[in-house]
Amino acid sequence: MGTFGHEVHLALDSIWKVLVAGLVLGAGLPALYAVGIRSLASGAGGEAQVDSNGSATSRAGNPLGIAIAVVIFVIVAYVVVGGILIVIASGQGKDISFNHVIPKIHAT
Amino acid sequence: MDTETFVLVLVVITALGFDFTNGFHDTGNAMATSIATGALRPKIAVALSAVLNLAGAFLSVAVALTVTNAVVKTFNADATSASNALTVPGHTLLSIVLAGLIGGIVWNLLTWLLGLPSSSSHALFGGLIGATIAAIGWSGVNWDGDGTTLDGVVGKVLLPAVVSPVIAALVAGVGTWLIYRITAGVAHAFSVTGFRWGQIGTACLVSLAHGTNDAQKTMGVITLALIASGHWGHTDSIPFWVKAACATAIALGTYLGGWRIIRTLGKGLVEIESPQGVAAEASSAAVILASSHLGFALSTTHVATGSILGTGLGKPGAEVRWAVAGRMVVGWLLTLPAAAVVGAAMWGLGNLFGFTAGAVIQFVILVALSGYLYFHSQRTPISADNVNDDWDAAAAALETEGV
Repeated sequence: MGTFGHEVHLALDSIWKVLVAGLVLGAGLPALYAVGIRSLASGAGGEAQVDSNGSATSRAGNPLGIAIAVVIFVIVAYVVVGGILIVIASGQGKDISFNHVIPKIHAT
Repeated sequence: MDTETFVLVLVVITALGFDFTNGFHDTGNAMATSIATGALRPKIAVALSAVLNLAGAFLSVAVALTVTNAVVKTFNADATSASNALTVPGHTLLSIVLAGLIGGIVWNLLTWLLGLPSSSSHALFGGLIGATIAAIGWSGVNWDGDGTTLDGVVGKVLLPAVVSPVIAALVAGVGTWLIYRITAGVAHAFSVTGFRWGQIGTACLVSLAHGTNDAQKTMGVITLALIASGHWGHTDSIPFWVKAACATAIALGTYLGGWRIIRTLGKGLVEIESPQGVAAEASSAAVILASSHLGFALSTTHVATGSILGTGLGKPGAEVRWAVAGRMVVGWLLTLPAAAVVGAAMWGLGNLFGFTAGAVIQFVILVALSGYLYFHSQRTPISADNVNDDWDAAAAALETEGV
């Protein structure tokens, strides 16, 4: 295998990792956010939801929907903040741990 | 001031100029979708993006000194001291860097005039490669590294350019499809409000990631010029003023807006709704951050464009303007060779007139060309006021005027 072949091989090694991370964080997290918005809509009831004809429903709001939405939005925010901290920490040559849920930056 | 210091000052000014074009060329990567859907007012969007780029530029303290080494062999990273790390004479290196930067700036301005989102990194690399070939020859270019890491023109430029838009489009397409499936049954007005908040959050992430990624390239170039002229002696750190100046230049450029490119990305490629905006920016942020974490070099522009295209593919019934996408791909293919031609021509011209006079002449040509391109852009100005105008109607109006 020539040098070019080596490069392609090395690139493939990075590519599948980027693809997996991208699908989990870049598609999965927005999907979770969408679940949060759906829950919020069911919590609001009435005009927040539409039936299959596209006209507003007259369903009453479900408080559980709001509770679920809040939990989901907190999870999304936590993952985003955690992701930013990982990037900052690695940029400064440091490591990060998530013991006891609260992220902590420390030396490697 | 001796002549070497004088040329160094020209190089630093030109490098900051490049960083400035890098800023406005890429504002759209983060903010085009939020501006197009009305999640953020245009002026607010560029101000927010500028602040986050500034913050991002300061956050990235990874030593960016060897960034030029990815494509040209000018620097031995294993050397024990800065003075013996250079593999070419200081004067030659200063001339290469100046000519290369001019190649990058000229291509960035031309593509901005045409409203094409092209990669600023490719423009910079192209300029440097062209100047290096002219100055040293083909052997001065790091084509494919040593085969142990992803390096060189192949590993750091060509392979990522082919792969990253595809990954981004796939991720954004899957995200868009999931979002529309999940929120079926939620009233349009209700979901738009929710997704606008998501858009703002994800667009901020992309801006921050852009600052950490792109500003350090110019920091590396300026520090290399300081080493070449004997004004800096460390290989493991960069002067604070360089970091501050580059962060400021990219933030100012971002604030300027680059409305022509924002318009192409936000209105031209796909007509975007806020759920698609969330999918696009989340995909861009995840792909950019994951790649920089894994050391896979890529262009934020390629990722952002791929993501926006992906949201058009992922939403049933959405239209992708393939003619616009095709124009962009042609622009991407031309970026590296075109910037290389300008870089090589600039080096050749400078070489005719000698070290100092050559540098002055190159600088004057850069200023004149920039002025001409700016003047030309004012015939069809695009600003915060008309950035969101209907795309097809505007294109039809241009045709009837026979422009």
